[in-house]
Amino acid sequence: MNTVTNESVTNESVTNESVTNEQENPMSMTEPATTSIESSAPSPIYALQAVIREYQQKNRNVRALAGVDLEIREGEFVTIQGPTGGGKSTLLQMLGALDRPTSGVVKLGEVDLAKASNATLGHVRATEVGFVFQGFNLIPTLTAHENVDMGLEPLGLSGTDRHSRVAEALAQVGLAERADHLPGELSGGQQQRVAIARAIAKRPRVLLADEPTGNLDEHMRDEILELLEGLNRDGLTLIVVTHDSAVARRAHRRLRLEKGSVREI
Amino acid sequence: MYWTYLRRELAGRKKQTIIVAVGLAVAIALVIVVNALSAGVRDAQAQALESVYGVGTDLTVTGAAAEPGEGGGQRFEFDSEAGETTDGTTSVSQSRLTADFMRGTLDASTVESVASLDGVAAASGALSLTNITFSGEMPDRSQMQQGGPGESGEPPAGGPDGAGGSAFDLDSFTVLGIDPDDTAVGPLSAVEVSEGRALAAGDAGELVAVVDASYATTNEISVGDTIDVGGSEVEVVGLIASTSSDADTAANVYIPLDVAQSLAGLDDVVSTVYVQATSANQIDAVQAEIEDSVAGATVSSQSDLASTVSSSLASASSLITNLGTWLSILVLAVALALAVLFTISGVTRRTREFGTLKAIGWSNGRVVGQVAGESVIQGLIGGAIGLAVGLAGIWIINLISPTISSTAASTGQAGPGQGGGPMGGGFGGMAQQAADVVLHAPITLWVVAAAVGIAIAGGLIAGAFGGWRAARLSPAEALRSVG
Repeated sequence: MNTVTNESVTNESVTNESVTNEQENPMSMTEPATTSIESSAPSPIYALQAVIREYQQKNRNVRALAGVDLEIREGEFVTIQGPTGGGKSTLLQMLGALDRPTSGVVKLGEVDLAKASNATLGHVRATEVGFVFQGFNLIPTLTAHENVDMGLEPLGLSGTDRHSRVAEALAQVGLAERADHLPGELSGGQQQRVAIARAIAKRPRVLLADEPTGNLDEHMRDEILELLEGLNRDGLTLIVVTHDSAVARRAHRRLRLEKGSVREI
Repeated sequence: MYWTYLRRELAGRKKQTIIVAVGLAVAIALVIVVNALSAGVRDAQAQALESVYGVGTDLTVTGAAAEPGEGGGQRFEFDSEAGETTDGTTSVSQSRLTADFMRGTLDASTVESVASLDGVAAASGALSLTNITFSGEMPDRSQMQQGGPGESGEPPAGGPDGAGGSAFDLDSFTVLGIDPDDTAVGPLSAVEVSEGRALAAGDAGELVAVVDASYATTNEISVGDTIDVGGSEVEVVGLIASTSSDADTAANVYIPLDVAQSLAGLDDVVSTVYVQATSANQIDAVQAEIEDSVAGATVSSQSDLASTVSSSLASASSLITNLGTWLSILVLAVALALAVLFTISGVTRRTREFGTLKAIGWSNGRVVGQVAGESVIQGLIGGAIGLAVGLAGIWIINLISPTISSTAASTGQAGPGQGGGPMGGGFGGMAQQAADVVLHAPITLWVVAAAVGIAIAGGLIAGAFGGWRAARLSPAEALRSVG
C-alpha cells in the first residue's frame, strides 16, 4: 500500500491501489478508486481502512465511497471538499456513527463502527461525536437553552449538571444572553452558534460539521469559523465538510473527496 | 425536558392537536351519550316491565288466546222494568266485569302446580278483567208501547233530547284480581301504598279494592268511597302507586282474586301466573318444565317480556342500539384514523427533526416515547373534552327529561289510566299496558372509565403507528432527505 502522510501530501504521491474497483464504480472511471492516506501520529482518533459504501438508487448501484483509507489525529482541523454527490456527506455519516459501510473498517478510537451494534452507535453519537448541520436543525418550538439541553438528554445527567453545561456551552458561543430566545428570534449565525453549543455541550471528542457556514453570509461565516477555530485550539478535533475554499484554507489539513475517493489537497 | 418538548410540540402544532383532540372528543362524547341513553332506555324498559309484571318476576304463564266468541263478550240486557223514569226519560246503568277480549284463561290450580315445580321459588295468580259500565237515557218505553210511530200522528216525545232520542255512555276501567295473601310476586310487588292500606289475607271474599293513585286522582276516588265493579259496590280501602315515579301500576283497580272470579262469573280461573325462579340460572329449566306440564300455556321470560315493550320506547331502544351504536363506532373509527394519519404525517414532516435527534444520540426508544407521548396527550385532551361534552349532553337530556311512551303487550293486563272515557282502556288497550316513561340517562363510573380508556387507547394506537414510523427512520437517510 502506498502511504501518503500528512506531512508530504502531493498529488503525485496518491496512487491507484484498487484498479478492480474502477469498473464497478461508475463515478471512478478516470480517478483512482482507492486512496490511502495516513497521518504520522501514533494514535489516530479515526482510522478508516478500505471503506466502501454502496446503495441502491433508482435500481442502480451507486458507490458513494470506493475504498477509503484515512487516518485523522486527535486535535486536527480537517476539511473535506469535493463536488456534490462526491460522497462527502456519506463519509461524514460514517465518521458520525450514523451509517455503516458496506465493507471496510471505520474505527473511532478502539470501536469499529462498521461492526458495532445500534446501541453502541447510539452511545457513540451521544458521547463521542458532536454534529453541526448546514440548516442548523434546531427544534423551532424550543428555546436556545432547551435546544442545547436536547443534546444532553441521552447522557442521563442530573438537572443541575445539565443546566450548568448548557449555560457554559451557550457562554462559550457567546449567546448566554439569548438563552430564552426561540430559533426564529435569532439570526442565522446565532442559530448556528446554538447548534454548535448543542454539539459541544456533551463535551465530545470530535465535532463533525456539514457545511456549517453554507447558509450564512460572509460576516457570519467568519464569526462561526472563528468560533470553530477557537474550539479546535482548545483541543476539539474538527472535521468540516465544505464547498467554501475560504473555510478550507483555514484548516490544518484539506481533503478532497471525488467519485468516492479521497485525496489530500 | 420530556414534558417541555412534548408541551411545546403540541402547542406548536395547534391545528393538528385540535383536529385530533376534537375528533376523539366527538367520538368519546357520542359513546358516553349513547351508552347513557342505552342504559336509560334499559331502565325505562325495566320500569315498564316492573309496572306490569312486578319486581322479581322471572316468568309469566298465560293461557292460549281465546277463539273469537269465547271469553269476554257479555251483553248488556235491560228488561222493561229496568231504570228509573222521570219526565218521559228512562235512565239505565249497568256494569259488567268481563275477561279481556280474546284473553285465554288458566285453571286456578295451575298456580299450585307451577309453585310445586322444582326451581320455582314463588308463584302467584291474577285474573285480568275489564269493568264496563253502560249508562244512558232513553225515552219512556211505556209511552212508546201505547202508540207506534205514525199511528197517532204525534211526533215522538221524551228522551234526553225531548224528541224521542237516546244518549248512552260506555265507561271502562281495568280490574286485576289478585291473591291478597301473596303479593311478593306479581304486579303488586312493585307498588307502594300512598293512602289507606293494601289488600291483606283477611280481605279474601270481601268487596274491597285498592285503586291506582293516578286513576283515583283522575276520577276523584278517595279511600272509603265505593265504586261499582261488576254491578257490586266495592269499598276502596287504599290507594297505591308504582315504586317508580315514572310509571303507573298494572291496573286501575285491584280486588281479591276470589271476588274477581265471582263477579266476573269465571270460577277458578286466572289469566296470568307470575313465577319467580330460585335462581337466575334456573329460569330456562323452569320455563321448559312449565311448558311441559301446563298444556297450551304460553311461558314468557323477562327477555320475551322485554320484547313486548313497544311504542316510542322500543323505537328509542332500536334507534340507540342500531343507529347510535353504529354512529359511535363510525365516528370512533374516523377519529382513530384521523389521529393515526395525523401522527404518521407529523412524523414524516418531522423526519429532519427526528434524524437530528438520533444524530445527537437519542435512542429509538426515546424518539418513539416522544411520539407516543404526544399522541397519548392528544388523546387525553380529546378524552377530557369528550367527557365534558358527553356529561353536558347527559345533563341536558336529564334536564329535558324526555317522556317516552311504552306499551307492554301480549301477556300483560289492560292499561291503567286509560279507563274513564268511552271505549277507553278495556277495548282500545286490550291486553296491553301503556305508560309514559321519563327517560333518564344515568352517568356511571363505567362510562367515565370507558371514555378515559378510549382516549388513552386512541392515543396509544396513533402513537404506536407514529412511533413505528419514527423507529424505522434511519438517521442517515433522515438527514440525507433534507439535503
